Amino acid sequence: MREKREKREKRDKPWIMRTYAGHSTAAASNALYRTNLNKGQTGLSVAFDLPTQTGYDPDHALALGEVGKVGVPVSHIGDMRALFNGLPLDQMNTSMTINATAPWLLALYIAVAEENGVDRKLLQGTTQNDLVKEYLSRGTYIFPPGASLKLTADMIAYTVNEVPKWNPTNICSYHLQEAGATPVQELAYSLSTAIAVLDAVKNGGQVPAAEIPKVVGRISFFVNAGIRFIEEMCKMRAFTELWDRITKERYGVEEASFRRFRYGVQVNSLGLTEPQPENNILRIVMEMLGVALSKDARARAIQLPAWNEALGLPRPWDQQWSLRAQQILAFESDLLEYEDIFDGSHVITAKVAEMVAAAWKEVEDIDARGGVIEAVESGYLKQRLVESNAARLRAIESGEQVVVGVNKFVETAECPLTKDLDDAIMTVDPAVEKQATEAIKKWRAERDQKAADAALAKLKAAVKSGQNVMPASIEAARAGVTTGEWAAALRDVVGEYRAPTGVAGARLDQLQPNAKSKVEALRARVAQLTVELGRRPKILVGKPGLDGHSNGAEQIALKARDVGFEVVYEGIRVTPEQIVASAIEEGVHIIGISILSGSHLALVPQILERLKQKGVHVPIVVGGIIPEADARLLEAKGIARVYTPKDFLLDNIMGDLVELVAKAATTHAAE
Amino acid sequence: MPPNERATRLAARVASAEKVAVAAALNLIEDRRAQSRSEIEALLTALGKERAPSFGHRIGLTGPPGVGKSTLTAALAREYRARGLHVGVLAVDPSSLRSGGALLGDRARMSFDPEDDGLFVRSLATAGDTGGLAYAANAGVEVLATAYDRVLVETTGVGQTETDVEHVVDTVCLVIQPGSGDVLQFIKAGIMEIPDVIVVNKGDHGKLAQRAAADLRGALDRLRNAGLGDAGHGTPLPVLVTSARDLVGIDALVDIFEAQRARVSEAELLERRHCGRVAWAVALFARRYGEHGLNTMGGRVALLDEVDRALVSGETPVGVVAGLGERCLARLRSPI
Repeated sequence: MREKREKREKRDKPWIMRTYAGHSTAAASNALYRTNLNKGQTGLSVAFDLPTQTGYDPDHALALGEVGKVGVPVSHIGDMRALFNGLPLDQMNTSMTINATAPWLLALYIAVAEENGVDRKLLQGTTQNDLVKEYLSRGTYIFPPGASLKLTADMIAYTVNEVPKWNPTNICSYHLQEAGATPVQELAYSLSTAIAVLDAVKNGGQVPAAEIPKVVGRISFFVNAGIRFIEEMCKMRAFTELWDRITKERYGVEEASFRRFRYGVQVNSLGLTEPQPENNILRIVMEMLGVALSKDARARAIQLPAWNEALGLPRPWDQQWSLRAQQILAFESDLLEYEDIFDGSHVITAKVAEMVAAAWKEVEDIDARGGVIEAVESGYLKQRLVESNAARLRAIESGEQVVVGVNKFVETAECPLTKDLDDAIMTVDPAVEKQATEAIKKWRAERDQKAADAALAKLKAAVKSGQNVMPASIEAARAGVTTGEWAAALRDVVGEYRAPTGVAGARLDQLQPNAKSKVEALRARVAQLTVELGRRPKILVGKPGLDGHSNGAEQIALKARDVGFEVVYEGIRVTPEQIVASAIEEGVHIIGISILSGSHLALVPQILERLKQKGVHVPIVVGGIIPEADARLLEAKGIARVYTPKDFLLDNIMGDLVELVAKAATTHAAE
Repeated sequence: MPPNERATRLAARVASAEKVAVAAALNLIEDRRAQSRSEIEALLTALGKERAPSFGHRIGLTGPPGVGKSTLTAALAREYRARGLHVGVLAVDPSSLRSGGALLGDRARMSFDPEDDGLFVRSLATAGDTGGLAYAANAGVEVLATAYDRVLVETTGVGQTETDVEHVVDTVCLVIQPGSGDVLQFIKAGIMEIPDVIVVNKGDHGKLAQRAAADLRGALDRLRNAGLGDAGHGTPLPVLVTSARDLVGIDALVDIFEAQRARVSEAELLERRHCGRVAWAVALFARRYGEHGLNTMGGRVALLDEVDRALVSGETPVGVVAGLGERCLARLRSPI
């Protein structure tokens, strides 16, 4: 009895528990945060909507259909006040998933804190601010790599003394895994990113050499944890070892505390399935074990996805279920009573050593290629990821990699949780966008225009002359400047970037014999169709809207080429107008649209309307996270097929595309 | 509507740069069905009547993969548009030999205004052709050159076999990047005889780019002293450093293109375009009837001669090949 109590008293402090949340409006999100904190959540994780992430105001043409969808819109200091209304910012630990506009959102946060009399030195939290993984996977970058790195370096230089408890950048391996990275690639690419960031600070001249160890100590990571949770745990131990080595050898950091690998986690969303979605809660729990079991490499903060993410936006109850999983592990189980339970395991030690060696080789290879930025610009890294992801999907398609309920054990009783499917997810009120559009106009009309103009001019001058962007951004925040205006000012000075898509040069592994015959049959069908059409069938793969999750579009493009299509893929963030213009100029036979942000009902009809207006008649298919009811709606509007994550057999999709082109050709000839 | 009349109407719409018509014309010239040949021929004839034979300027960008040709093409298109000129872009990408499919990636690097009627971008797959150019490239350029003031042709970047481009355009721009050792390879492979301008892109690499340009100028001087490698007018081959990414040197490059276009006499330009068409017809013939067909018609040199005469008399390359093909087949069929 006494022993048990002593053990309990010696328990480790639990990690910070968060839920990635935010939607509709600042006020609605504030209410959600309060409820979440009352449920025992210990930190906040702010999800911003795509216009905020890509630097557009709600009334911008590109924001259409995206306002308040995947997160909260924060367009100015008024929104930031409402978002944190009544929350004690000196006690909060706030994580913001914000990248290209990170300096701006931090500026707004600081400005609001100071209005409330909170010293910026007390602020704790994280801005994600890792642009490399945006170019490679997540897609909310705005500026060219060099300029982005400078902005990150600015934030680091500013916060190291001004906001010393803030993590100015959270280097992400998370999204690399989502883009298909193997554990070794995750290790190597994210550590190479950290090296690029630290080198930029070191060589940037804003931080004296003596303070570099302190800067190194502020670098944190954001990691993914997949279902192979033993390997994932080893990955975390490998991270710890490699980071210790890099900080010591490359940056000469002596203080052990500054060399510690500090990381937060969101466990894997990519592996969550649409069929039998109730199984996902089990996957989520096991994935959490990967980053919690090993004390020496335990996460500092964990956020879990919800079981129904592959169906649509999760509701508060869905998120609560995941939070409870964390609480049960931390408070009910005996996990936190032990030292590292894998110390001395020769199996784990050997696996970690193997990963360390392989990752180090990759780190050196990237270094030899001129560093991570060069490897992004040349398309090398993206290409490697596209290849890895193609291999992963092929393994699932062939059944080599088992996904329960998807490619094995698919028999199921009816799931009571999804009985009424459309109620099993949250939908954002369409009125939100209209209200936000009106609100931003009102905000602009009511502010001191002269002060806003002056602040913007000052901001531009600061960026142009290479000064730190933070002081001018904080002034702009106070002057009522908007998110769109801040980003436009920087776009003006440093330009915009379109990253390599990585698909053109990607190579596919040799097919397994059983998959080969299917692909060969498709190729033969395409060859036959080529003769009938007079030229090869040509497909446009379009990714409209602001959502940058391009994995699906990339894999469709790659697979279509593999079966013999000519493929035009333009990368992310194209407008409906651009898609239609490309379809015309390129003379395509079919169009495939990919949308994962939930804005399909706003964007797809626009494309249809415009095609009609221009007299283009080609079949269109849509893929994405599209609820059943929406799919029916789109089909009624003339979409030939709607694909969701349950359609993982790419060969079948390709078969559909070929037949749709063939059917359209005969109809056309008959006309 | 009879095919001739249809072709004449389409050609007129192409000349007025109606995008849907330009696209339809390109779809047609890509069509390999035998029944489309007469229509293609009619279209090419009709297009020829829409513009003066010396209209416009056709520029080819060639060079190894990864040097930034796509980004440079996009930057050039933007600069021409800023100068009020209308631009057609033909971007050629390689087809997979295994599947015949192709990823046409160039649009991805181009941020363009869909409402701009003065810019048209079309991708073309090589469809197994070597030489870096696609089957339909010659005809595609004819279409775009009827609609737009300037045509940019971007080749696949397979490097040393890319000599076909000189038959398609008026000016060849070789693009390389610093520190790649490409220059030496090109000199060895004889590609250095082809370009009219050499661009060292990725000038953002700073000193490395400047040094590559200096090395290149030195090598060219040595070639020139040996009687090789000038721009045809006794002037040294222009060598320029650009950064397509940071938009540095793009206006200077367009200035050079414009100056070259202005310097070339009408007769020289027509001669070059004529030679290009001759080469196109012979290549098309060889593609359809192979080595055996070439020999049947008396060999490549004799064929070049014959095509030359036919084109001077006003036939189109596609028409010439159709006639030659019939004769070739008749000879093959006749008993010896």
